[in-house]
Amino acid sequence: MGQKIIILGALSAIAEATARRYASNGAQLVLVARNADRLEQLAQDMKARGAARCDTRTLDLAQETDTTAAFGDMMVALGGQVDAVFVFYGLLGDQRHEEHDIVAAARTLRVNFSSAAEWCLAIANQLEQQKKGVLVAVSSVAGDRGRQSNYIYGAAKAGLTVLVEGIAHRLAPKGAHAVVAKLGFVDTPMTAHIRKKGLLWAKPADVAEKLVAIAQKPDMPVVYVPGFWRLIMAIVCNVPARIFHKTKL
Amino acid sequence: MTRSTTRLDYTSWGRVVRVPHQVISPGYRDELPACLHMGAGKAPLLAVGMRRSYGDSVINTGNTLVDMTGLDRLIAFDATTGRLRCEAGATLDDILRVMVPRGWFLPTTPGTRFVTLGGAVANDVHGKNHHRAGSIGCAVNSLTLLRSDAPPQRLHPGEPLFHATLGGLGLTGIISDVDITLIPIKSAFLDVERIPYGNIEEFFSIARESMEGFEHTVSWIDCANGGQALGRGIFQRANWCQDGPLTPHQSRGGLAIPFDLPTHMLNGTTIRLFNTLYNHLQQRGAHRQRTHYAPFFYPLDSLRNWNRMYGPAGLYQYQCVIPQPHAQEAIEALVRVIAASGAGSFLAVLKTFGARSAGGYLSFPLEGATLALDFANRGAETLHLMSRLDRIVAEAGGRLYAAKDGRMPAAMFQSGYTDWNRLKNLKDPATSSDFWRRVSY
Repeated sequence: MGQKIIILGALSAIAEATARRYASNGAQLVLVARNADRLEQLAQDMKARGAARCDTRTLDLAQETDTTAAFGDMMVALGGQVDAVFVFYGLLGDQRHEEHDIVAAARTLRVNFSSAAEWCLAIANQLEQQKKGVLVAVSSVAGDRGRQSNYIYGAAKAGLTVLVEGIAHRLAPKGAHAVVAKLGFVDTPMTAHIRKKGLLWAKPADVAEKLVAIAQKPDMPVVYVPGFWRLIMAIVCNVPARIFHKTKL
Repeated sequence: MTRSTTRLDYTSWGRVVRVPHQVISPGYRDELPACLHMGAGKAPLLAVGMRRSYGDSVINTGNTLVDMTGLDRLIAFDATTGRLRCEAGATLDDILRVMVPRGWFLPTTPGTRFVTLGGAVANDVHGKNHHRAGSIGCAVNSLTLLRSDAPPQRLHPGEPLFHATLGGLGLTGIISDVDITLIPIKSAFLDVERIPYGNIEEFFSIARESMEGFEHTVSWIDCANGGQALGRGIFQRANWCQDGPLTPHQSRGGLAIPFDLPTHMLNGTTIRLFNTLYNHLQQRGAHRQRTHYAPFFYPLDSLRNWNRMYGPAGLYQYQCVIPQPHAQEAIEALVRVIAASGAGSFLAVLKTFGARSAGGYLSFPLEGATLALDFANRGAETLHLMSRLDRIVAEAGGRLYAAKDGRMPAAMFQSGYTDWNRLKNLKDPATSSDFWRRVSY
């Protein structure tokens, strides 16, 4: 039997690519997302690629109020032990619109931060109890510095980053791990409307390969994917405000 | 997302035509009806995959392209029969990486694994084992077709719409999934034998004697050097090894050409030199060698973007098939004209086809011989050379491969593909392509 993997937000392009890597190594998967038909299409694909098992749970992750019980139900499918849990789901939102529609802004904050935090806390409890396994939460470089183009989404991701970093600290003495992966630009349906050009854009399959490697060897609690974003964000974060405020970043 | 975006970077492999398209990139099968709806009554659409076709059969100037590469899921695999059903956007590259370790291979494969299964069916592609396996359509059990004027339908061999869709260049609707039978292999390696030949007559005699004992045959032919060297080449024949390992190809690696080379890098002298050098290298190597399937079937896939070697003006590929009775004399005539023009390419391929046919109305293979080579795009000069070749092909009763073509006149197409009207009658009114507009009036 292969590794036991849970993926929250499985219908995102990066999540699907990640699940495929595990499937071809004979993993047992639990895929969670909102659309039952599409989840079933993924499950068929995973089994054909070699997954030992692929269960699905149709769930609106952002609406779930009892994450402990819901996560416990996923653990049942895996027989009570899990090797890696990925938290992928998120919502890019529309910054300009949200500045004037605060209800929409609250939704972006809730989906990307508070609901994701509730899931991460439920996962942390499980990992702490089983004394092994890893939580990989997908965050964004948008959380490194508030920028006029996406600070609402960025604020939520900054919160998630700190939360997961704290969980990593808590789990470290217990033998379990947590990693927050800060992603740069990835060419996915979520970003299809953005004109993408140039070398900064990563492919979902390449990002997935990195995330699986991180889960196998979770020695750093905060990781940039691809790695060159560490350098880019170090520069972005160190530009003095009087210069930064003249840019359109 | 069933939203369309304007894209300027959707070209074919030859990169001669660069025009804007509205591109829709569905991620799930349930989005396809909406894509078709966008094409119906508005700008006609065309489903495309990896766009490895060379000419304009994947171009739809100013209109809509449905990029199928997001629909790349496997649906079911039966490990007792080798039957695989998967979405049309799955690439051969992906299928092989999953299936080779389990002891399965494609029933036949074109010279690149960077094509989608839907595209392979829409061009009824062939490979080095054509004399045994026929084209890929021979292994297709069924496919699902979505049309703008009918509910989704599952098509099987024998049904007219199946044979219109096989090789139908995406013009009968959108292929959403394909059910195909893979073949069992015991090893990822082939036992490859290389035999130099001095002229085209010798090629045909080696090809004849290799039909029985070898599953895969192909040859490289020197179309650049005239005189004594005219028509020399290296014949390769191979069978699958009978013992492992079942190692799949590497998913990445290989070199990439990061920018367009200047056009004058490829000229008569460098190409003649390359061919002479290649000839020597191949002759010097061992005559029998255990070779992994990737370098054997996909030698150019390790050089990503090799089309950029031809510079910003792009390239044409010319691939014809000549039916058996006139194959030898017509191929000799073609090679003479090409060598005299000094425009011959790095690697020209000469191969014989068997009689087995999948029966697509626009399927390319005929029992006989096929010659394929690239020409750098030098405008009128190149077009003129290809129309001289057309005359030889047409006189011998041959035809050109639509997947490679970006310029054949309507008359050449219609005389080569006598069933083309049957496709015309079954075409989905919501689809079109530059190729189709050119050859169908």
